[in-house]
Amino acid sequence: MFSSLMMINNMQNTNVDPREIELYIHIPFCVKKCDYCDFLSGPYDEQIQKEYTMSLCQEIIWQSRRVFGRVTSVYIGGGTPSWLPVKLMEKIMDTLRAHFDLDPLAEVTIEANPGTVTGEAANIYRSIGINRISLGLQSAHDDELKLLGRIHTYDRFLRTYEILRQAGFENVNVDLMTGLPGQTPGKLIESIRRVSALRPEHISCYALIIEEGTPFYSRYRADDIRQKNGQPTMELPNEDQAYELMKRAQQEIISHGYEQYEISNYAKQGKVCRHNIGYWTRKTYVGMGIGAASLIAPECLVPKPEGEETGGMGLEYRISNTRYIYDYIDDASHLMAIDPQADAADVPIYDSVQRITRKGAMEEFMFLGLRQIRGVSREDFYQAFGKEIDSVYHNALEELKQEGLLEAREGRIYLTEQGLDLSNYALSKFLL
Amino acid sequence: MAVDRSHIRNFCIVAHIDHGKSTLADRMIEMTNTLTEREMQAQVLDNMDLERERGITIKSQAVRLIYTAKDGQEYILNLIDTPGHVDFNYEVSRSLAACDGAILIVDAAQGIEAQTLANVYLALDHDLEVLPVINKVDLPSADPERVATEIEDVIGLVAEDAPRISAKTGLNVDEVLEQVITRLPAPTGDENAPLQALIFDSLYDAYKGVIVFCRIKEGRIRPGDKVKMMATGASFDVVEVGYFGAGQFLPCDELSAGMVGYMTASIKNVRDTRVGDTITQVANPCAQPLPGYKKVNPMVYCGLYPADGAKYPDLRDALEKLQLNDAALQFEPETSVALGFGFRCGFLGLLHLDVIQERLEREYDLDLVTTAPGVVYRVHKTDGTMIELTNPSNLPDPSEIEYMEEPMVDAEIMVTSDYIGAIMDLCQERRGEYVSLEYIEEGRALVKYILPLNEIIYDFFDALKSRSRGYASFDYEIRGYQQSKLVKLDILINKETVDALSFIVFEGTAYERARKMCEKLKDNIPRHLFEVPIQAAVGSKIIARETVRAMRKDVLAKCYGGDISRKRKLLEKQKEGKKRMRQVGNVEIPQEAFMSVLKLDDDK
Repeated sequence: MFSSLMMINNMQNTNVDPREIELYIHIPFCVKKCDYCDFLSGPYDEQIQKEYTMSLCQEIIWQSRRVFGRVTSVYIGGGTPSWLPVKLMEKIMDTLRAHFDLDPLAEVTIEANPGTVTGEAANIYRSIGINRISLGLQSAHDDELKLLGRIHTYDRFLRTYEILRQAGFENVNVDLMTGLPGQTPGKLIESIRRVSALRPEHISCYALIIEEGTPFYSRYRADDIRQKNGQPTMELPNEDQAYELMKRAQQEIISHGYEQYEISNYAKQGKVCRHNIGYWTRKTYVGMGIGAASLIAPECLVPKPEGEETGGMGLEYRISNTRYIYDYIDDASHLMAIDPQADAADVPIYDSVQRITRKGAMEEFMFLGLRQIRGVSREDFYQAFGKEIDSVYHNALEELKQEGLLEAREGRIYLTEQGLDLSNYALSKFLL
Repeated sequence: MAVDRSHIRNFCIVAHIDHGKSTLADRMIEMTNTLTEREMQAQVLDNMDLERERGITIKSQAVRLIYTAKDGQEYILNLIDTPGHVDFNYEVSRSLAACDGAILIVDAAQGIEAQTLANVYLALDHDLEVLPVINKVDLPSADPERVATEIEDVIGLVAEDAPRISAKTGLNVDEVLEQVITRLPAPTGDENAPLQALIFDSLYDAYKGVIVFCRIKEGRIRPGDKVKMMATGASFDVVEVGYFGAGQFLPCDELSAGMVGYMTASIKNVRDTRVGDTITQVANPCAQPLPGYKKVNPMVYCGLYPADGAKYPDLRDALEKLQLNDAALQFEPETSVALGFGFRCGFLGLLHLDVIQERLEREYDLDLVTTAPGVVYRVHKTDGTMIELTNPSNLPDPSEIEYMEEPMVDAEIMVTSDYIGAIMDLCQERRGEYVSLEYIEEGRALVKYILPLNEIIYDFFDALKSRSRGYASFDYEIRGYQQSKLVKLDILINKETVDALSFIVFEGTAYERARKMCEKLKDNIPRHLFEVPIQAAVGSKIIARETVRAMRKDVLAKCYGGDISRKRKLLEKQKEGKKRMRQVGNVEIPQEAFMSVLKLDDDK
């Protein structure tokens, strides 16, 4: 599959145009938290949903005065954004469109859970400019869905998928998971076959991770440790099985005409998720809502911070918003009184603000960029930092090459298949 | 300041551990008003944090008391406190050399114990007058008359009018002070003779340099004198002389024959003042140095390495400073392929090792990697020569070895009767030879075994504690050497011998030990990109094997909503972990792996 690496040339250049930005909107509501989920979300009543939406709109307006650039993608994530009353979603999109410079060709994604989208809602989503849907399916087997604590069945998914297609959505992603307790290769392959038969444009396939603080953590923690240590497991697949599931899924998805462009992401030609690529190439993005993360290049701030060199990478702000919904609602109500040019440290909804150093930017460039199958480009590195990549990372590159985890060809540097399997190990070598 | 020598008494207190030395010293300090009550803190002489925490005396401490006796005269009492544990016997010996007499404390309930005898013989070796005192008479189980008879029968000291005291309550302590005057001799010596002073201890002070503790045998010493250390040949100008208050130094004009005190001379190099050396005047030297001390031989050895290789010089400095007043601590540089530069250190016993290690970590802020402790083996070679082996790496080829001997100990374990079975099992497992079982009192028994020292230096204490639920106490004394079938066990990681993990083991337990070592290492060595075999070998024969399987999958989680902070943390953790690894061949071994093999008996 790696011989096909260079054929992905219909993607945009990774050279980041500083005038292009991305937006992320966090909707922290869901019907019920899934048993493995550690994202910031929970079931809240409609009153809170309304108040939150109002606050979110205030933040959108305020951020539009602070961060400048043409918006090339919007990602509405959660939680289950499709569970938010459609009226409120309309309000969010209207506000966004009214205040940001949204590119007519922008990719606008919303995450949806099967069973939470009606035909009417789907039509409204289309009408307010949403053009991509990401469906959290996870498995095509009802027993596995139940185990995960999902609220839907496979049948509900099929109906939702049909509704979306009928409403005219031409860019749909389906999420799948490997490494579930009791999952056999046969069952996994069947999930993939069922899904790929529907021909979604994009498939994300993640290995289950047992996150602290989730019901799965108390249930499978011991097993998780056994898996990591290569010992026999009780319910989770053992290490070899987990590895096999991951590899079988990869082969199977590719065999259905998808191209792997990142560790966990597969797309039909031209249908890569541009928003995600923005994260891996360090494009400026503004995250809005609770817990949302932003990366903001100084070039996108007006006025630019004084006396600083611009161009290239480094000196960006990495920001995360407060994680507490009531704090957020409270703080957002004072936001309009804050000068949009205020120092980031004085913005009440910000929970942490960090200025990236040149070194930090190099590290990120590598460990984010190398998640992509096509890796990073020597030229891009030079453009960003004014230095040859080898002058910074000679040792790491040589070591990884020797270990067979990395290759360099035609101006690009990328992880091999084994390198991607061991990405944690490989990427840690790029910390300076 | 001319002090009449007949009004000086230099003495120490010797006893079995826990018979109440430090408490008696405290009472005497209190009763002579050396400290006001406000300054008094329980066990004044134990001034090291570690000593207070563990309730043991490690270092000798000296204090000068002014006592007005019943004859109405003032006397100067120089009290030198000594440690009781057998590991610190050498400290006792050093203190004794500075004294003319000794108070022997015997517990009124327990009577004479192993170290009571050992200490008395040490005192008699130094020609000291011994004054017996029976302590803890306030205990319900006290039987002072029986103990008095025991002292007369076993030691041969007259104990008829030995004070029956309670150091805790202060009962009859005044009688002890009085008998120190009447029964212990005053020092002898001529203050006009050439200076002859014995260094019995020293410590390093950041402002004053080395502070030398000495006993003036002949002559006198004053600030401004030019003095010479007879063994090292180094000479210095005396800056200050003085004597010991409780917990402080009190300068004075001169020290003369018979006195105990200290001197400073801007001595920067700790190696110039050797404990046991003799100080004399450059201008008017004495003819001969004092006899000094019997050299003490370490019984237990292990490698100490700084966790951070760059701290090697710090470790050396720290060891030098500790050695300054701990002559029994020995060390010499060694290198390990796995651990880099470090020291092979010799200790008198386990407690000593433990204390030194803890002092290095606490007082000198060093993070240490320790290799498995070993004992001194005697290797008799076929050519008729014998070597004392302290480092397993130096074991000659088996074809050159005629036979080997290992040190044995007489072990005494005091245990409540519920756990006698468990304790005897443990001793049996450790190749113990049963000697006797005595019931001391209702529910308490004394179990005696002969045990190989190398069986108790790993995790014997821990095993003892866990099997008796903390109800056993343990003491031992070196008994001598015994021929034994010993082999060297090597650990190979990815086919390379890791020198720091080699050790000598009894042939019969080699398999068991090898298996446990391999299991432990397997749990503590992270997975690599390739399979890492862990093997234990005796000679060229592999006797145990485990495998750390190759790492196949190590993928980062979803990068959610552009929040990369967790991802970065994960990568940083991975990188941080690598930094603390030791490289052997192409395998990285974490420090914890080296430490994990020191405790093989736990929670399995």
